[in-house]
Amino acid sequence: MTITITWFLLLAAALFSIGVAGVLIRRNALVMFMSIELMLNAVNLTFVAVSNELGLIEGQVAALFVMVVAAAEVTIGLAIIVAVFRTRSSANVDELAEMKG
Amino acid sequence: MAEAIVFIIFAAVALVGAVSMVSASNPVYSAMGLLTSMFAIAVLYVVLDAHFIAAVQVIIYAGAVMTLFLFVIMLIGVDKSDAYGTQVPLQRMMTAIVAVGLFGAIALAGRAAWITGSNAFGTPGLNGTAEAIADELFGTWMVVFLSTVMLLTIAAIGTIALAYFKGAPDAEVAE
Repeated sequence: MTITITWFLLLAAALFSIGVAGVLIRRNALVMFMSIELMLNAVNLTFVAVSNELGLIEGQVAALFVMVVAAAEVTIGLAIIVAVFRTRSSANVDELAEMKG
Repeated sequence: MAEAIVFIIFAAVALVGAVSMVSASNPVYSAMGLLTSMFAIAVLYVVLDAHFIAAVQVIIYAGAVMTLFLFVIMLIGVDKSDAYGTQVPLQRMMTAIVAVGLFGAIALAGRAAWITGSNAFGTPGLNGTAEAIADELFGTWMVVFLSTVMLLTIAAIGTIALAYFKGAPDAEVAE
């Protein structure tokens, strides 16, 4: 049994779907954020798998850029969550539904 | 054959970690599940000959990002009251349908290319060393690289600005 790229891409699709489910089902802002990170990881896996399949290094460079964007996103997102928590004392997004105050 | 065994084991670990991240009621357990998943994905990068990306995955994601997540979880406390959403009726069932449907749609969309696309595992000659990536990164993609530098600087400045933000004077009253 040989492992082809199909298996990696299917795994990445499954991880992405689990991340989507996490964003939809969880109401804790931190866990939703982790689900987004999981989706970014799944996309990275796709990039690297296709890079390996086609013999092009550009896929790995793209994965590196995705990691940089994810790092920037994490710093800003967590700062926003902490700032919201300081004023509202909650990380539950359902309690932050209205865009006032 | 060895690649097949490694792939099956660590794909299962990645999936178990991801599912436990979504299903754990405690955010700390969610972070641990995501950490497990990221380590397993790093191993899969090694299988795919992307050694530098695997190292960066462990250092940045498993090291820096998850540490930051755990710091924030400890900072704002573990709130168990908001484990699952109950706002929409049948939310869990609908979420399961959406997730499975998305997976099926992706698999169906890529089916033609995936099944016929690969002859053997891996392309000889591709070696994801730091040198090979740096040749590409600091050659063709130099401008993009510099813009990511700008992006990270802006993110750092924005984080500092948010940290100094003391809130409106009536923030305590609004609570």
